[in-house]
Amino acid sequence: MTRPNTPTPRLRAEDLTLSYDRRTVASSLGVDIPDHSFTVILGPNACGKSTLLKALTRMLRPAAGQVYLDGRAISSYRSREVARRLGLLPQSSNAPGGITVGDLVARGRYPHQRLLKQWSAEDEEAVAEALRQTGVLDLADRPVDDLSGGQRQRVWLAMVLAQQTSILLLDEPTTFLDVAHQVEVLDLCAGLHARKGHTIVAILHDLNQACRYATHLIVMRAGGTIAAQGDPASVMTAELVEDVYGLPCRIIDDPETGTPLMVPAAPKWYQPEAGSADTAQTVAGAILAEAS
Amino acid sequence: MKAVPETAAPAPTPGPHRKPPTPAAYPAPSRPRIVTGRVVRTRGGGLSLRFQGRAAAGTAALLLALVVVMGAILTTGDFELSIGEVVKALTGNDTGIADFIVNTVRMPRLLTAVCVGAALAVSGAILQSLTGNSLGTPDIIGFTNGSATGALLVIVVWHGSMTQIALGALAGGLATAAAISLLLLGRGLQGFRLVVVGIGVSALLLALNSYLITRASWQEALEAQAWLVGSLGNRGWVHASAIGLAVLVLLPPALFLSRRLSMVEMGDGIATALGVNVTRTRAILLVISVALAAFATAVTGPILFIALAAPQLARGLTRSSAPGLVSSAVMGALLLALSDLAVQRLFAPALLPVGTATGTIGGLYLIWLLITESRKSRS
Repeated sequence: MTRPNTPTPRLRAEDLTLSYDRRTVASSLGVDIPDHSFTVILGPNACGKSTLLKALTRMLRPAAGQVYLDGRAISSYRSREVARRLGLLPQSSNAPGGITVGDLVARGRYPHQRLLKQWSAEDEEAVAEALRQTGVLDLADRPVDDLSGGQRQRVWLAMVLAQQTSILLLDEPTTFLDVAHQVEVLDLCAGLHARKGHTIVAILHDLNQACRYATHLIVMRAGGTIAAQGDPASVMTAELVEDVYGLPCRIIDDPETGTPLMVPAAPKWYQPEAGSADTAQTVAGAILAEAS
Repeated sequence: MKAVPETAAPAPTPGPHRKPPTPAAYPAPSRPRIVTGRVVRTRGGGLSLRFQGRAAAGTAALLLALVVVMGAILTTGDFELSIGEVVKALTGNDTGIADFIVNTVRMPRLLTAVCVGAALAVSGAILQSLTGNSLGTPDIIGFTNGSATGALLVIVVWHGSMTQIALGALAGGLATAAAISLLLLGRGLQGFRLVVVGIGVSALLLALNSYLITRASWQEALEAQAWLVGSLGNRGWVHASAIGLAVLVLLPPALFLSRRLSMVEMGDGIATALGVNVTRTRAILLVISVALAAFATAVTGPILFIALAAPQLARGLTRSSAPGLVSSAVMGALLLALSDLAVQRLFAPALLPVGTATGTIGGLYLIWLLITESRKSRS
């Protein structure tokens, strides 16, 4: 996606060093988020994905380096100004007890409101639109506490959409959802990306989902360095997965979409010709052989 | 889990490789109620306000109850007065005994109760909201014990006057808050940690307070004990104006920040994403909360449970999803005025300190809270 002559992207990070309490999580990170891309950040646990996202949304001040938003250091903006340009769905948030879906989504309008401008016609329009896009308009007067996990995630997403920013960052939006709801949330993001031209940045764990939905991948390896950036078809290779996750695998074409599909290599004890009746015996034998 | 018709869910489209849903796939815009409350807007849209009907009605009911209780306190007692006589005295048209009873005896004490109750309740509401914990109140996190330490030091070590005791209590409360902040330095004033460190500091201060009393002469110990229960007895205009001024100065900024507070309640991440400077908001609100509790304690001694119970009761009454600082303030004022009415009239000849009444109310409230919480966790 990043061609040599593309203009500077709206959101990028230069030479970041990120640390918590003097413990360095990542150093000399350089990241470009291509405009209008669906960027997915991948990497093993504790490689600094979330930390990078925190830095990109000014929740974490980098120890060195700088994040730029629309050509200016993100730290030089007023908080509210950033909130009008860039939306974030954190990994977990608390819905206040008893709040209705509509009221929660309405809180996404906070950066557009003033003390004497608490609920303008634009606010109402934006919230209705966000509820409609995420398919929770019918639930507007229901308490958030009553919803299922999948519905709740869509409500939070609606809240971020109500903020009406053209850049959206999502920290593991599918983590606590079953596979059907994961697909639902990702489809929703893909729709926003395709129809509205929103720039979406999401952290995901599932490599195959990432390859399916992303137009741009950022793969990090343990220690907080970038292993690869680019479009899924050219980035996702067996060597990369082996290098980053230490997992031997094959990359084949997704039979549904033609995007890369990662299939982990069969375990050592696995013998394809073993019949179902004596599989257990074969497995036990292989494990014993391994142990001796 | 209830099944909900998800008519508006987009048709499954696997990413950029398939055509995304067209806008026509979504239902046509209808006009259902989206947010709760009533919206008032000017034609140009320059001004728009949102009112929560239930919260407003609840607060109005509390105000009415407060007025009734205030009326009862001003008219009843050893010397019964009619409402007309009270009004006459208040407007300065009476120079007799009613003037003395109302303007010198009852009114300053009543105003002290109302302001101290409001201050404690708002302090508790802010702290509960910041910590996300209904036990996160100034009396449990140690600010109140810190005020007591300050007061005891003045009583036992420096043998100070009432004013000096009050100043000692104020300094003690603020110093305790500073100490807790130092212990949390660099790790953020997050909820759970603040409560745990606060409880630890509170226990240490309690031990120190007990030690100070053992070092006191019996006269000092008596004075200390009287102060430690929390009382509205012999509170005059000095006290009423001191706490009144504190509330007047500290309440408006708290109200101004209450929208930001309701954003912070949802978590640091989402609040930052919505454009709230979380660190600054937390710090300012914490200072306001500590100062309100310290001033209240300085004026009356430690009055427990108002800060714990009032915000929760107000929230239950208004069913609000936001930290209702106004309704909490009125609830706190009402609870303390009511407690004072009870100790003054029910146990008439005995001069019971108001702390005993709030202690009783608070104990009952805690029991009720534990029962409902355990029922909730069982279901």
